[in-house]
Amino acid sequence: MHISPDNLIYWQKGFAVFNATIAFTWIVMGLLTLVSWIITRRLTSDVALARGQNLLESIVLGMVNQIREISRHRPARLLPFLGTLFLFVAASSLLAVIPGFEPPTGSLSTTAAMAICVFVSVPVFGISRTGLKRYLMNYVRPNPLMLPFNVMGEISRTMALAVRLFGNIMSGTMIAAILLSVTPLIFPVVMQLFGLLTGLVQAYIFAVLAAVYISAGMEAQVRRQEDSKKGEPDG
Amino acid sequence: MDSLSLVAIVSIASAAVCIAIGSIGPALGEGRALSQALSSIAQQPDETTSITRTLFVGLAMVESTAIYCFVVAMILIFANPFWNFFMTQAGG
Repeated sequence: MHISPDNLIYWQKGFAVFNATIAFTWIVMGLLTLVSWIITRRLTSDVALARGQNLLESIVLGMVNQIREISRHRPARLLPFLGTLFLFVAASSLLAVIPGFEPPTGSLSTTAAMAICVFVSVPVFGISRTGLKRYLMNYVRPNPLMLPFNVMGEISRTMALAVRLFGNIMSGTMIAAILLSVTPLIFPVVMQLFGLLTGLVQAYIFAVLAAVYISAGMEAQVRRQEDSKKGEPDG
Repeated sequence: MDSLSLVAIVSIASAAVCIAIGSIGPALGEGRALSQALSSIAQQPDETTSITRTLFVGLAMVESTAIYCFVVAMILIFANPFWNFFMTQAGG
């Protein structure tokens, strides 16, 4: 039993390691790109839609609506980043029903990389919206004494984002492996179904938390005017 | 008792204690959050979508403490650094 697909090494030569995480990450990426490319090759604005176009349209529209409700910004700027995160995590959790597929999000390296992307994109979106000075002023509010706590909060929520996704996906595969050795008949199937549910919920939560963090960084000085309107989610 | 078996005993016992105690708090918190959300949905069925979304995000945050405990327990059992250290010392 291995704790993460990092330990499943296919090929190794000195510093360079080719393990299951990289392989399955590329498989998921290729699958997402290929399916989207095949479907979007012949888009129509007809009344009668192809099945694939209908699927993609409902997915993208759902994401746009969610982002608009959460961030109250124009969703077109946030959609590429958040949508990519959501689709990747969701696809890698859903593909876990295929025997032999190891979800790449069950490795701490993948989730840490995605969390660092969120960590970097918060100041990028924030500065591009409010300007450098106003964004940095965000850290010394309510008073400069809070500066270390704000910085600590930024780092710890990134870590929480990474470890939460890793722990959930890893526990799913781990419990399936343990149950397979204890009661191999029916219970692993039930836990697999449950794992599908938690995988999708975790994908949703990862994208929602990223949206909340980014829009909190973008709303830096708007909040000052309507201070008592709404408490900011944190964590 | 040599140090290797001592490490094994302590890590297995502390993994069990870690996951056992660490799941109590999040379980109580999630129960409270869920009951509150259900009663608010019963009072305001129009706000169901917004309440459910906030509930899911909040549950994930509450649950992350339990997930931390789970990860620590898994590390203690499957990827224990002290175990590996004494293993190499005993081997070499």
